Amino acid sequence: MTTYLLCFVLFLVGLFGVLTKRNIIKIAIGLIIMELSLFMFFALIGYVDNGIAPIIVEKTENTKFVDPLPQAIVLTAIVIGLATTAMLMAIAIRLYKKYNTFDIRKIANLKG
Amino acid sequence: MNSLIPLFIILPLATAILIMLFGRLAKVLQKALPSAVLLFLTGLSFYFIISWDSGIYIYEIGGWGPIDNIPISIYFVLDGLSILMLCIINLVGFLSGFYAISYIKRYTGENKFYALFCLMIAGMNGVVLSGDIFNLYVYLEIAAISSYALVAFEVEKEKLEASYKYQVLGCLSSFFILLNIGLLYWYTKSLNIADISRIMEASANKNLIIFIQILFIAGFGLKAALIPFHAWLPDAHSSAPSPISAMLSGVLIKAIGIYLIIRLFFNMFDITYEIALLITVIGTLSMVIGVLLAIGQWDMKRLLAYHSISQMGYVIIGIGIGMLILAKGGNKSWAALSIAGGLFHMTNHAVFKGLLFLNAGAVEYTTGTRNLKELGGLSGSMPVTSSTSLSASMAISGIPPFNGFFSKLIIIIAAAKAQYFLLTFLAISVSIITLASFLKLQKKTFYGKLKNWNLNKIKEAPFTMCFSMIVLAILCIGLSLLIIPGIRENIMIHVVYTLINKSNYLLILSEL
Repeated sequence: MTTYLLCFVLFLVGLFGVLTKRNIIKIAIGLIIMELSLFMFFALIGYVDNGIAPIIVEKTENTKFVDPLPQAIVLTAIVIGLATTAMLMAIAIRLYKKYNTFDIRKIANLKG
Repeated sequence: MNSLIPLFIILPLATAILIMLFGRLAKVLQKALPSAVLLFLTGLSFYFIISWDSGIYIYEIGGWGPIDNIPISIYFVLDGLSILMLCIINLVGFLSGFYAISYIKRYTGENKFYALFCLMIAGMNGVVLSGDIFNLYVYLEIAAISSYALVAFEVEKEKLEASYKYQVLGCLSSFFILLNIGLLYWYTKSLNIADISRIMEASANKNLIIFIQILFIAGFGLKAALIPFHAWLPDAHSSAPSPISAMLSGVLIKAIGIYLIIRLFFNMFDITYEIALLITVIGTLSMVIGVLLAIGQWDMKRLLAYHSISQMGYVIIGIGIGMLILAKGGNKSWAALSIAGGLFHMTNHAVFKGLLFLNAGAVEYTTGTRNLKELGGLSGSMPVTSSTSLSASMAISGIPPFNGFFSKLIIIIAAAKAQYFLLTFLAISVSIITLASFLKLQKKTFYGKLKNWNLNKIKEAPFTMCFSMIVLAILCIGLSLLIIPGIRENIMIHVVYTLINKSNYLLILSEL
């Protein structure tokens, strides 16, 4: 149970970073921390005590397997996360070229 | 019909890859191919809606059947609501793509524009077809990431800033949704929407389900820009190139926001009174505050973007009143009327808001500005843009022969019948403020005194732009035909009954 809680704490750490930091790179790092905590959460969901990798060969009728589906989900989510992070970084680099700063207080032309 | 379902995802995806690889070699290909593919898909979705016999169609990816009655494969599920959404997405997508042929000429990197555009369509088609909650997340991210890139397509200061803001909030909402998928899988050991619903009916852990529902409202509310979560929408929608603004405002916020709220809260969760009340309150807030924020805007596209928030509020209160009536065990036919009003308004909004953004694009294309204080008197030199914009403005503010009037009327009648008189009053007054705001837009842009423009430079927009605008303007009147009894029973009522009878959706488990 502690591991689940730690995972959730890591999610909140990321959220705190996104909400309080003023540097666009640090905001992106906060988002990445949130994402990684979710990946760990998925890995924990599939975990079974003393389970082994679910490869079915002979004489494995009574052994315990870990759940393979969350692992497949995490792999897909990592690829999506790569795309998101690459997009965030590309925009951050372009923003730096236009404004010469990473501070969001100085990059505030739009008032949504 | 079943075997045609995957075409909606395969064709736009293949087009995107083809354009990315060969677009530079064959300029004609990159312009004609997206429009041709989307025209074909529009035709296909209209064929579906005509030949639909109110059944639910399923396509199993890879042909993996269920084992011990537990679905293990990924399914595409085609029911009434999906068909309605497919029609909206592909029709507005085709018209925006055709419009873009002239509009996007002045930018560099046209092939990237068309590739991202097709990716976005593929993602949205996937979201509305998917019957599996993780598969849905993957398609949602495809649509969202390509829209982040398209918002920043012009690569100027403001556009980059808007795109960054949109990305941070979009990523947050995606993480909320992913966390929810994890929690749901933990609890039910299944990813299929119908299967999750069946398992949750059998054993309900109430606290966890309320937590999941509220996180879902936050996640999809951020995607749909309902009022506490709306901060990114006016920036992002006004920064994108105009055909993309039309897609974002007309389709994207519906396909990955409103549609998913409707689908999951009706077909996956049991409707409870508290959640229905929360959804209605959020809808009311966005309806009222959105229109109040829109009054003071002088940028044409920002004004339209704020009105998108307000009109999405109408859709959500239509849905919310239906949920409230169902949760209280009231008269089912009034609930059905209210939900039908919400869905009808969603369809209408795609048409007239798409048209208004295309008009804004045409004005910007010819004059180079979209500041209302600098424009004026364009109706003489731009007759097509002016007249289509007038019809769209009348549709959005609810003037009788146009479609917006009928959908707002249905929502207002349903609210009065359910005895929510405050909501009825607010819906009517918001409609009046909308009318005032669009009168200002019309007067400042197309009527009034002609400003000191070089008159020879101002002429009507090119053919492809005019074509899209005229088709949408005809649809603004044509869609009000959906209210006529024969057509209404065939389309809207079927859609609503698949929604409110949850057991209908669960039938897909037995059909496998």
